[in-house]
Amino acid sequence: MSFVKGLECRECGQGYPKEPLHVCETCFGPLEIVYDYDGIKKALSREKIASRGKNLWRYRELLPIDGEPQAGLYSGFTPLIRAHRLGEALGVKELYIKDDSVNHPTFSYKDRVVSVAISKAIEFGFDTVSCASTGNLANSVAAHAAKAGLNCYVFIPDGLEQGKIIGSAIYGPRTIAIKGNYDDVNRLCSEIADKYGWAFVNVNLRPYYAEGAKTHGFEIAEQLGWKLPRHLVVASAGGTILPKLAKAFKELKRVGLVEDGECKIYAAQATGCAPMIQALKKGTDLISPVKPNTIASSIAIGNPADGYYVLQAVRESGGWGESATDEEIIDAIKLLARTEGIFTEPAGGTEVAVAKKLIQQGRIPRDESIVISVTGNGYKTLEVVARSVEKPFKIQADLPSFDELYLQLTQPSSEKALAGEG
Amino acid sequence: MVRVRVPTPLRKFTNGADEVDAQGINVRSMVEDLDRKFPGIKDRICDETGKIRRFVNVYVNGDDIRFLQNLETALKEGDNISIVPAIAGGA
Repeated sequence: MSFVKGLECRECGQGYPKEPLHVCETCFGPLEIVYDYDGIKKALSREKIASRGKNLWRYRELLPIDGEPQAGLYSGFTPLIRAHRLGEALGVKELYIKDDSVNHPTFSYKDRVVSVAISKAIEFGFDTVSCASTGNLANSVAAHAAKAGLNCYVFIPDGLEQGKIIGSAIYGPRTIAIKGNYDDVNRLCSEIADKYGWAFVNVNLRPYYAEGAKTHGFEIAEQLGWKLPRHLVVASAGGTILPKLAKAFKELKRVGLVEDGECKIYAAQATGCAPMIQALKKGTDLISPVKPNTIASSIAIGNPADGYYVLQAVRESGGWGESATDEEIIDAIKLLARTEGIFTEPAGGTEVAVAKKLIQQGRIPRDESIVISVTGNGYKTLEVVARSVEKPFKIQADLPSFDELYLQLTQPSSEKALAGEG
Repeated sequence: MVRVRVPTPLRKFTNGADEVDAQGINVRSMVEDLDRKFPGIKDRICDETGKIRRFVNVYVNGDDIRFLQNLETALKEGDNISIVPAIAGGA
């Protein structure tokens, strides 16, 4: 049974039927799903959720599908990890990592939104799915399309990391690399979506797609024993996930799954592409687009669709935001790996680096619960850190060679010299 | 004369046409010209203060006019204008 009543313009309130529509005809505002929350409150309980499979469809009443889930049956329910060692390094008492770097099947938070979008595409009867992507979304759409037997076209900016390109191509979509940055890809895709009758997950299916991001927040609350964390740090690129996390927390309270509590939400951007952080610091609602220049390609969106709503959600929650330089991002990737054994991509590095900064600034207190969302996987972006890690020491296959090396490695004075040889 | 690509939500003004011709020395006068040909279309593109709406992006030959001179961005014969809903994308 579906609890979706229809779509509604977030700006002017005009109602629309449940169709593949994403923009209000009157004011161009984004369309949002309208739910019957009273019905959901009656139908859904903590016990019911606990009895279901460990995937994002355990919250299905709060997701915009009408029938049975059609995709992503193993997506979501990623670990929430108590990060003792990183907590110690950052000087905080209660720190958690929400680890979407191990999301199924393509190792980023995008498997959440795509699970919902592809389910919806199948419900609507589309035979071709598509997306504009900085890589992770393309990987996920291509994988889910393969599993569902749908045709697939993915559009990416040229110059992406190999892992992200091959990580789509392996599933057999047509990959189109656009000369330009993500914002160029996105503009073109808006026009292609308008012309071709495809399911563009982040264009004409966007209202449905974006709802999938809420499951990241539902899981955090459930994994904390149906409580909200006091502070949550998450990356912002197009601006999908952050406002949806705020929405998720509100919904949990509205349907009685979480009793009370407030969570301050903090936006993380790379300094080389930080239009929302700039607006936040200026105290304005107006986001000036920027031309991205950062190693964090997965969050290099200079013209964020939902930027306005990110600012709104951050301010409403009492949170804040910061940006991290490329160097800080790489340091944070290494810090997370070396304290928690989690290898994230630059988006995750940005999240950790910004959390560190906000803690140092005193914006996030050291004695309250903090969750850092880690939204992507470092094995896809090896190039980014290749030059910042120690290279293997090559030796002959005999014991004396190792004895000699070991001696050198354990003599403090020679450590520097050896590392220099790399 | 410039060529303007019209997004679906505005095509009820253009009798369904996805591309129309317009005239103007800059984006502002091009929008005025569109409104003369297709009355009411300007109110959908611009807000009550006359600025481009928050959720509308306008491109001249693929470049966002916010990187150019916004409504004052000069146009020349043969330019391609795209009016595109801003709400799209995700990474």
